[in-house]
Amino acid sequence: MSAAGRAELAPAVRLAGLRYRWPGGAHDCLAIDALQLGAGERAFLRGPSGSGKTTLLSLVGGVILPQSGSVEVAGQALGALSAGARDRFRADHVGFVFQLFNLLPWLSARDNILLACRFAPQRRARIAAAGGTPGAEAARLAARLDLGAELLDRPAAQLSVGQQQRVAAARALIGRPGLVVADEPTSALDADRQQAFIDLLLEECAAAGAALLFVSHDARLAAHFDRVLDLAALNHAALNHATSAAEGAR
Amino acid sequence: MSPVFMLSLRSIANRRLSVALTVLAVALAVALLLGVERLRTDARAGFAQTISGTDLVVGARGGAVQLLLYSVFHIGDATANLSWASVEHVAALPQVKWLVPLALGDSHRGHRVVGTTTDFFLHYRHGEGSSLAFAAGGPFAEAPARAEDIFQAVVGAEVAARHGYRLGDRIVLSHGGGAGEGGPRFAEHADKPFTVAGILAPSATPLDRAVLVSLEGLEAIHVDWHGGAPIPGLKIAPEHVRKFDLRPKSVTAALVGLHSRTAVFRVQRQLNAHAGEPLTAILPGATLQQLWDLVGIAERALLAVSALVVVVGLAGMVAVVLASLGERRRELAILRALGASPRAVFALLAVESLLLAVAGIALGLGLLYGAGAVLSPWLATRHGLQLSLGWPAAGEWRLLGAVLAASLVASLLPGLRAYRQSLADGMTVRT
Repeated sequence: MSAAGRAELAPAVRLAGLRYRWPGGAHDCLAIDALQLGAGERAFLRGPSGSGKTTLLSLVGGVILPQSGSVEVAGQALGALSAGARDRFRADHVGFVFQLFNLLPWLSARDNILLACRFAPQRRARIAAAGGTPGAEAARLAARLDLGAELLDRPAAQLSVGQQQRVAAARALIGRPGLVVADEPTSALDADRQQAFIDLLLEECAAAGAALLFVSHDARLAAHFDRVLDLAALNHAALNHATSAAEGAR
Repeated sequence: MSPVFMLSLRSIANRRLSVALTVLAVALAVALLLGVERLRTDARAGFAQTISGTDLVVGARGGAVQLLLYSVFHIGDATANLSWASVEHVAALPQVKWLVPLALGDSHRGHRVVGTTTDFFLHYRHGEGSSLAFAAGGPFAEAPARAEDIFQAVVGAEVAARHGYRLGDRIVLSHGGGAGEGGPRFAEHADKPFTVAGILAPSATPLDRAVLVSLEGLEAIHVDWHGGAPIPGLKIAPEHVRKFDLRPKSVTAALVGLHSRTAVFRVQRQLNAHAGEPLTAILPGATLQQLWDLVGIAERALLAVSALVVVVGLAGMVAVVLASLGERRRELAILRALGASPRAVFALLAVESLLLAVAGIALGLGLLYGAGAVLSPWLATRHGLQLSLGWPAAGEWRLLGAVLAASLVASLLPGLRAYRQSLADGMTVRT
């Protein structure tokens, strides 16, 4: 079976026996026995602050490794990779959308989108295999996300928050990564825009065949998703206040 | 183009003003460093080119460097003179081929007046052995038959250009070093003006700024003087001076050429041990070396100060890049999320700093040549310094290499800082 085929069949994320403690921390900050997100599946992960959300995202991104247990993304055990290989793997297979400050303010919207391809040879390869170019793909995604062509050449700093979040979504999606992780991407938007943004994100992830892990403390947003997870319930790490203390000490 | 390089360029473009100022600081420092080095080498070359073909310089007993400075470079004054008897004694030595006496002490509008013989134009050599050339006219009259021919002068290129002198113009000499232009002129030889008989072509030597007259002429303007002042009530008209003995009683120094260079040390020893009037004989080249040993300390100090200025410039650059790191933590976290390794983040900042340093060095070179082109005429006329505007010499390449190496080391600092910062922050920055 080819690597690409395996990636398509394998779950987008699989956590097993996961234990993570920040260096110098007194308690585990994350302890998840099992969590699986299927390929192409779109799930809402409710995570109030202090529930270990940031830690979980860093583990999925391969920026940090757990003390025990395994993190698999698209069938690849991240623990088996070197730090450099994990960085490359993240570039190729995971798109991130954060709450705020997703973009380099001094690059144009277009260059911000294309930035996702700079460190990701496989994203470029997938675009080329589909017969496209990164530039054309960026323009296509931008159009689908309702970003006018004239916006693409503006510096990111000049865009509204809503526009910035859509640029960030386009950047996460370009080159069809298997997984998109969105961390409170709508908290800076007003209520109407939240709905619209989530609908767009769901639609585009479906179109790109990407799994979506949507993390938010706001349970009201869960209505859009077919699967809802609760991090506070999944994470058995000691007590919440201990976790907060450990995270705060970071 | 690698992503890191592209991002460095764009990030620099985003912070134009602070970047431009840092680059300017580095550029000024580099221009200063190279300028000091170039002035130093050019000054040395200029000095070395001033005299050639002269085997010995003879003067009254005194310091060798001092004798060279006042006799050849017209810097400072002689403390004692050389009697004419000593001059004749030296000239009569069997090893001596030629001797040119030099009498200094008077001036013309701030320029040195050199009393000498027409042999000076025959034997004086500069540069790679070229003799003095005339732009117009010729030497002053030798052993003049007519009284008015005594008062002939040859002016240097600089003197002629500055005051617009042409052949036949009349000029007045002042007694002593002269107060320069605009100063009081109480001790002028206004009663015996000289006629410009020749104008020298530029020679890049102190002679460009000198007036040359015959020893007889110099003697003649002083016949009615005594002890550095006109004798009250005594006035001798120029046409009557030939009635007096115009042979010089003393001169300041003498340039000596030998039949064979191999005899130079023997003759030097012989003169230094001269039984009559105490004499000093020096080899111009060797004494110049002594002079360099002397000024070498100052040169090194100057070079050290300019090197420090470069260090300050680079430190400023590092400080600016480091300061920007604080506000760029989010950018670095974004890059990490997009798959940039901590190593790429390191490279981003290191490349950025290095680009600034290289831009500073390039601009510094530009400033050096620009300032050189603007200042070189002024340096040549005011200080007789010929500034070369050619490619950097070996010493300058070495300095440039050292600056580049220092920038390389300096640029590691922001890189390392960003590396550690991005390792700690990961993809998210806590605020």
